[in-house]
Amino acid sequence: MNLILAPLLLPLFTALVCALLAGRPAWQTRISLAGAAANPLFGLLLLERAASGEVQHLVLGGWPAPFGIAFAADGLGVALAVVAALLGLAVLVHQAGAAEPAAPSPGLHPLVHLLLAGVGGAFMTADLFNLYVWFELMLMAALGLLVAGGERRHLEAAFKYFVLNVLGTLLLLAAVALIHGATGHLNFAALAEAARRPELAGVLPGYLGLLALALLLKSAAFPLYAWLPATYHSLPAPILALFGGLLTKVGVYALLRLFGQVFAGVAEAPVQLLGWIALATMVSGVLGAAYHWDLRRILAFHIVSQIGYLLLGIALMSPAGAAATLYFTAHNILAKAGLFLIAGIVWRLAGHHDLRRVGGLYAARPGLALLFLLAAFSLVGVPPTSGFWGKFLLVRESFGQGQFLWGGVALAVGVLTLYSMAKIWLEAFWKPHPDGREMAAPVPGLAPAYAAVMILGAATLGMGLWPEPFIAFAQSATAGFGTGGRP
Amino acid sequence: MSLIVPLAIALCVAAGVYLTLSRDLFRMVLGLAVLGSGVNLLLFASGRLGPLAPPIMEAGADALAAGAANPLPQALVLTAIVIGFALLCFGLVLAARLANMARSEDADALRATEPPGGEGHKPAVLEP
Amino acid sequence: MTPRSVLLDRIVPMLYWLLLAAAVWILLRGHNAPGGGFIAGLVAVAASAALAIVLGERVARARLPLAPLPLAASGVLLALVSGLPALFSGHPYLMHFWGAPLEVKLSTVMLFDLGVFLAVWGALAGFVLALLAAWEEAA
Repeated sequence: MNLILAPLLLPLFTALVCALLAGRPAWQTRISLAGAAANPLFGLLLLERAASGEVQHLVLGGWPAPFGIAFAADGLGVALAVVAALLGLAVLVHQAGAAEPAAPSPGLHPLVHLLLAGVGGAFMTADLFNLYVWFELMLMAALGLLVAGGERRHLEAAFKYFVLNVLGTLLLLAAVALIHGATGHLNFAALAEAARRPELAGVLPGYLGLLALALLLKSAAFPLYAWLPATYHSLPAPILALFGGLLTKVGVYALLRLFGQVFAGVAEAPVQLLGWIALATMVSGVLGAAYHWDLRRILAFHIVSQIGYLLLGIALMSPAGAAATLYFTAHNILAKAGLFLIAGIVWRLAGHHDLRRVGGLYAARPGLALLFLLAAFSLVGVPPTSGFWGKFLLVRESFGQGQFLWGGVALAVGVLTLYSMAKIWLEAFWKPHPDGREMAAPVPGLAPAYAAVMILGAATLGMGLWPEPFIAFAQSATAGFGTGGRP
Repeated sequence: MSLIVPLAIALCVAAGVYLTLSRDLFRMVLGLAVLGSGVNLLLFASGRLGPLAPPIMEAGADALAAGAANPLPQALVLTAIVIGFALLCFGLVLAARLANMARSEDADALRATEPPGGEGHKPAVLEP
Repeated sequence: MTPRSVLLDRIVPMLYWLLLAAAVWILLRGHNAPGGGFIAGLVAVAASAALAIVLGERVARARLPLAPLPLAASGVLLALVSGLPALFSGHPYLMHFWGAPLEVKLSTVMLFDLGVFLAVWGALAGFVLALLAAWEEAA
């Protein structure tokens, strides 16, 4: 039996069964957790096949090209699908605890799994139009989760998210239509052949620019990131971790797949521009974070900043750059989501999101402080965490290509990231609580939240302490990227 | 025929962008719907206009007859229409509820998720 | 709510069943002729919407076979399940089979189409009823 569809079918079935169990919350939670736990296991089975360099293919319904919808499982897609499944599990475990979980509603578990299905589908698809469909599925699930709170700020955030992201998917659809019109293909492998026909050299770069614009909007790159910090902070902690960890990374994945592999070398100008966009994204994100004092807003701006690093790896247009982006994406999903989950625990213990209204957590909860330091150091890129290796790979490749400015800015932004993390450390953990709040008493129901943070922390620590197998896998998965290797 | 389609696409996109740039919530949602129609037309036209016969294969044949329309864009555009329709429905319900709650249909009144104004270099402290 | 009309009050409840019957006919006809689950679903949504406009959103919601979300979910589930026989018999997922046991022409596509019908009915009726509820609330 072919397992390629497991990363999308399993969450899809779980979502639907959960929706049918809307009237029985206890069973819904059980099925949801079981589905979320099985998802990474199926992913690991796929990963075993992909690690040997084998790319599995499947066409829905057995239809011949170009009518069938093609799926392919290679190292890049499967690795990210496993990380996404792991994050889904952590988020749902955290939701079971008392650290700022989403308000119970019958739609919550179905929508989370629907989102995971959209993400899995985007990682597995080998068809440009199908990629658009999975983006739309993610958008619908995300909108459902955004409005779930039901208060005015939730609806406002959802409306802003709706308008800007629908605009993004319409741009994506227009680009898909124009590329299909020019090449006559949608399948990635066929597109890679057709895009190199000399008679298309005049029109295709423009269409690819539009495609890049749409995907940059989805990845929250400079100057198209306005929707992200305006909406994410309205979400409860586990859902925020899911959004912050995954959604923008799917846009980055699509950019890497399309511009690093399918259309590599077809359009030079958009890719050159991408490097400068990456720098602007890094700098503007980290400066936005420096202004804020709301923990969720600080972390939301750091999502934007980290997207810059991922884009930089794509803009380097080399196998090493692509491998750095893959490793960095996997690290970033885990570290970023871990920080958001910790923010939920901080809120539960200290009672506020504003750093000026919390404090004393190091004295009261040294274990939590340690977990925060681990995730924060990972984000900054301090050894021995996974963030160090991600940055090391990126900066080494930048310097190796003679892009000293790009690599230098990437290092400098790391220092500014350290500033934000130090601010959180000093305000939330080190200084005494401004209201003298007593936090020594144990708080019930936090065990699942800690377990979720530890799942993610262990993953990022593992990637940092034993980086060789992960880096070797990333390098083999992205061999030929950026140089015109065919999918 | 071949001139009408690009003109229609241009008209839809222009009207859609104009409406989306409005400050009225409902106009924004309708603008996105009109813009979506323009993009759908573009998608439909990407399979070449011209052949008009329905793309149905005769029994026993293994290829479309000459002069049949390209079936692929029809399938694509149907998918895009359904997705666009679902998003339009969602957007209208959202805009209606939001307008009820905010007692305003003006996008400039949507300030509940903006960072609070503050003094000097620091934003004000949020309500807990 | 707008003033109620006796004419509509009497006719629409009858029209509701007529529209649903038409929807089922379109669903089955879609096998070999224009029609199918999606269009049939839209007709069923029209039936629910007409009922909601005349008798109120609550009545129309109560007449649905399931609540909107489970209805849509069961539809999608049915459509996805219709592809499983192929997966378990070693064919690509969503490959369909046709047969005529007991002289009745059946196929797994029919299951898929029925799923699409229920999904469209549940999802769009859910949206329409939510919109009407928002306006009834505002009025």
